[in-house]
Amino acid sequence: MRTHLTRLLVILPLLALLAVASPAHAIEIKRVVSPGGIEAWLVEDHSNPIIALEAGFRGAGATADPDGKEGLASMTTSLLTEGAGDMDSQAFQKKLADLSISLGFSASQDGISGGLRTLTENRDTAFDMLRLALTQPRFDPESLERVRGQMLVGLKRERERPGSIASRAFWTSAYPDHPYGRRGSGTPESVAALTPADLKQVVSQRFSRANLLVGVVGDITAEELAPALDRIFGTLPATASLPEIPDVQPAFAGDVMVIDRTMPQSTVLFGQRGLKRDDPDYFAAAILMEIMGGGFGSRLTEEIREKRGLAYSVSAGLAPMDHSAAIAGSVGTANARVAESIALVRAEWQRMASDGPTAEEVADAKAYLTGSYFLSLDGSGRIASMLVAIQRENLGIDYLDRRAGLIEAVTMDDLKRLSASLFDPKALTFVIVGQPEGVTATKPAPGQDS
Amino acid sequence: MTLPRSVLFRSIASLCAVLALLLAATPGQAAVFNPKSFTLENGLQVVVVENHRIPVVTHMVWYRTGSADEQRGKSGIAHFLEHLMFRGTGELAPGEFSRIVNRNGGQDNAFTSWDYTAYFQTVAADRLELMMKLEADRMANLALTDAVVLPERDVILEERRQVIDNNPSAILGEQMRAAQYLHHPYRIPIIGWESEMRTLTTQDALDWYQRWYVPNNAFVVIAGDVTVEQVRPLAEKYYGPIPRREIAPRDRVNEPPQQAARRLELSDARVQQPSVSRQYLAPSYVWGETEHAYALDVLAEILSGGPTSRLYRKLVIEDGLAVSAGAYYSADALGPGGFGFYGSPKPGVKIEKVEAAIDAEIAALLEKGVTDAEITDAKQRLRADAVFARDSIRGPANVIGRALATGQTLEDVEAWPARIEAVTRDQVEAAARAVLKPEQSVTGILRPKPAS
Repeated sequence: MRTHLTRLLVILPLLALLAVASPAHAIEIKRVVSPGGIEAWLVEDHSNPIIALEAGFRGAGATADPDGKEGLASMTTSLLTEGAGDMDSQAFQKKLADLSISLGFSASQDGISGGLRTLTENRDTAFDMLRLALTQPRFDPESLERVRGQMLVGLKRERERPGSIASRAFWTSAYPDHPYGRRGSGTPESVAALTPADLKQVVSQRFSRANLLVGVVGDITAEELAPALDRIFGTLPATASLPEIPDVQPAFAGDVMVIDRTMPQSTVLFGQRGLKRDDPDYFAAAILMEIMGGGFGSRLTEEIREKRGLAYSVSAGLAPMDHSAAIAGSVGTANARVAESIALVRAEWQRMASDGPTAEEVADAKAYLTGSYFLSLDGSGRIASMLVAIQRENLGIDYLDRRAGLIEAVTMDDLKRLSASLFDPKALTFVIVGQPEGVTATKPAPGQDS
Repeated sequence: MTLPRSVLFRSIASLCAVLALLLAATPGQAAVFNPKSFTLENGLQVVVVENHRIPVVTHMVWYRTGSADEQRGKSGIAHFLEHLMFRGTGELAPGEFSRIVNRNGGQDNAFTSWDYTAYFQTVAADRLELMMKLEADRMANLALTDAVVLPERDVILEERRQVIDNNPSAILGEQMRAAQYLHHPYRIPIIGWESEMRTLTTQDALDWYQRWYVPNNAFVVIAGDVTVEQVRPLAEKYYGPIPRREIAPRDRVNEPPQQAARRLELSDARVQQPSVSRQYLAPSYVWGETEHAYALDVLAEILSGGPTSRLYRKLVIEDGLAVSAGAYYSADALGPGGFGFYGSPKPGVKIEKVEAAIDAEIAALLEKGVTDAEITDAKQRLRADAVFARDSIRGPANVIGRALATGQTLEDVEAWPARIEAVTRDQVEAAARAVLKPEQSVTGILRPKPAS
């Protein structure tokens, strides 16, 4: 049984060293500008009668929620598809369903985005539905109260999930005096207090042509898209009215916080400061974090999962934001083994700070980062999201062609310099939810009643 | 439910769940995915779905064995072996498989269900040959020692804690399955019972591998930027030399008729938000009264296809009792399928009122049936979704793999839209009456533990 394949496999290591061919050339991005001056990036693809459109609004997310109105961006996005124009919630939803149009909005900390997917035959109606949602949402009381109830239940569910409990405490401790320290889902008090006037203000102040980014993929030509952009977005105000969000460093100071919950397994989050997307060292940091916590073969997975069986999941990566940057990781491990897992994370942090990566690790990480980017583009909606993300980060319309080169250009010297300055074991901060053994908390977790 | 090897890769299970609903096409357009297929002399079937949009392929190997094939006392071994398939062969060191995939810019993972175990890689199209080489190697040459097996056993125990024991709703789900299936092995969790997982050995894993991992008990699905003409010689070169070996047939006990409704309640201090779920024993596409299967697909769409469907509209919008409500039908199974309902109350509403409202909807369905308009709308939505299903590489590979692994054929997959189109109102109502009987249900209530 063992003989057949041996000969074939001898050549494996050689093959594995070949550089990955980048599939970038398969995706041709066109810049389309409407008669009214609205820009969109388009990837034409007529192989299926489908169009996907993503519209992003920069700066419109949870950071723009006034103090005491946390959850506002999130509630708004839920309600944009709950009736608009002369259609109430059920009429609006029935029209979407009958024409198989999928339309939904979501809010992140930094932005709000809407995704639309339609068959080509329903294109014009779909675009009208998007325009109505963005410009004439109704915020009927019945819908508002229903969504409020759903959000309040969502907050209750957050309190039963160890990952959500840990996440809230983790980010609040990292940004005690900044909007990034609040959660986009709000609090029971803030969600209870939101009013239709608040929602209308989001629509009138945060959606504008100035902070709009559009990506379109599928069965539509540039000539067809250009006038459609004006129809969808042309009536938006020219500029948005958004609060000034200060840049901030996360307040990770090497603390250990424990939130006591009766769970057989502790959920551990850990982090320190990171690098923003526009940092010249961003790709160097991405390579280092791939090596540290990127998945199978990474140092954390190797030491914590593969060698010792301490965890099922362990990972760490960059968390860049518009106004700050963190490195964040997580590990789930039995209560009795938390101390050992944490010690291993700290040891790996120290080892990276002292010695940097090896040449083999760097070659592997570069190959993975170069090749895997395109694997996620499985479907029109995902490609549309990528088009918006590239615009949001100002990476340039030729980014797909340049990306591999930027990764390859990172040198071992860059990586040694950055690993020594970036990885800071003393600042590495832990939030643990569970009943960890052998761990001493250095300060209480924020927002805990008990 | 499937259990992936890693939570780093979450999309696969949800894709499977979603895509079961997406399998449809316009009438007269016979094909859904246009799969091409051939079978090697050793019995290994290879299916190719072409999609040339980007130069990427997904390569999947499916084995026709899962946790429901486990010997008594060895629960969890199917899933454990899935993990161990990454822990080395005669040629490859433990962990080397994934490292090679990653350094070729690819992603890989695996998942186990009751009926199947599958392994997949998504890579640039020019790396397909290497993936086939690697999968063929571990189909025949797995090498295991205690040094890698024992730490991995700790990993699956941590996985159980994370996925089940840390989550009261998953604990209740596990208990409900054990109550629903009196005799059929679907009653046993894929991950295994903890006490048995702790005793699994290297020899148990090797026995499982020897028993099931042969080319005549596997099939390969490749989707993406490749043609069947390109795949055939590669399949012959890498999978072809692995000898076929006769294996014992899958020997599953059947499920006796359920004759009494069962009811479970779990109160847990960790629970903040109550919920109710109800599942009825149902036919699958290949088990039981299969003539109802396609009608049940349409029924699930009528009851739960989005915000305008019956349950959401009635319980959430009109009556304002619940924050969520819906139904589902799972038909992709070699054994019994299930038709289920779920709901969770609005703040201030008792869970009993939500359950009563679900009961009332079921009663109204059985008494008054469905309307022609509901049937038409449901079919139209399923039909349009088929076009969207083709807008993906991984999706079709998953749908086809799941179908073939659960007793269906490629012809069944391609005929699905026509069979859905043929469903009549009478058939939907007959299927509802056949399945929605109290005596073949299990109801589970999850509630916060009252303060002591």
